[in-house]
Amino acid sequence: MKKIETKQEYQEYVDKKSPNSPILKNCFNAFWVGGLICTIGQIIFDFCEYKGFDETTCSTIVSIVLIGIAAMLTGLNIFNKIGKFAGAGSLVPITGFANSIVSPAIEYKSEGYVMGVGGKMFTVAGPVLVFGISASVLVGIIATFLV
Amino acid sequence: MDFLQSIDWMLLLRCFIVGGIICIIGQILIDKTKLTSARILVIFVTTGVVLGGIGIYKYVIDFAGCGATVPLLGFGANLAKGAITEVQNSGLLGAFIGGVKASAGGITAAIFFGYIASLIAKPKIKKQ
Repeated sequence: MKKIETKQEYQEYVDKKSPNSPILKNCFNAFWVGGLICTIGQIIFDFCEYKGFDETTCSTIVSIVLIGIAAMLTGLNIFNKIGKFAGAGSLVPITGFANSIVSPAIEYKSEGYVMGVGGKMFTVAGPVLVFGISASVLVGIIATFLV
Repeated sequence: MDFLQSIDWMLLLRCFIVGGIICIIGQILIDKTKLTSARILVIFVTTGVVLGGIGIYKYVIDFAGCGATVPLLGFGANLAKGAITEVQNSGLLGAFIGGVKASAGGITAAIFFGYIASLIAKPKIKKQ
């Protein structure tokens, strides 16, 4: 095999190896896995509501349970496999956010618990929180003038 | 079982379809653009904040339940909703409190479970 030295050569190699990106198949897998994760969430939500919690509490419980499951599956190295199969199907639901925190936390354990686990945990989730929270502050400020 | 009878099956179906469609949008972004997954997550959350802020997203939530709240769009919408609710209660200060307050459970769970998982799980050794 020819040795790959530049980024461009690598890109060509990748393109050659994956000629027709099976976008329809990817979308189908993303659809049903993503839909299934949301449906599991809905069943948990219904169960909480059945137990008499209010709507906000139910949503929070759903998030926590799904995040817990995703963290466990990431630790068992199962989430990676689901992610490879489902693509955005497991990335876009809140499970993807959980995975983006848990995965580097485990990966960088060897760099120590403070700067490794504690620091690298937010490699992906950090930007998500920065932009999400900043945008919510802007929305809040705008709302102040409208209320 | 009473619980099974209380389930709204049509809502489950709508939840499945809407959640799936939101994921398809993400999949198209992955396949058709060279955006990294971090950027896609940021785009989804920020879009969610905007949609939540202008008040459209709550109709999607009414229609699809967790099909709308579980994807990251819902996380963003929840941040915006929290900020707006808190502004109504305590004025400008609410803009700084509301967002995180509303989504504190999810953020804290992810951090806590992440830390626990890192204590238990062994890092995968990368093949060079």
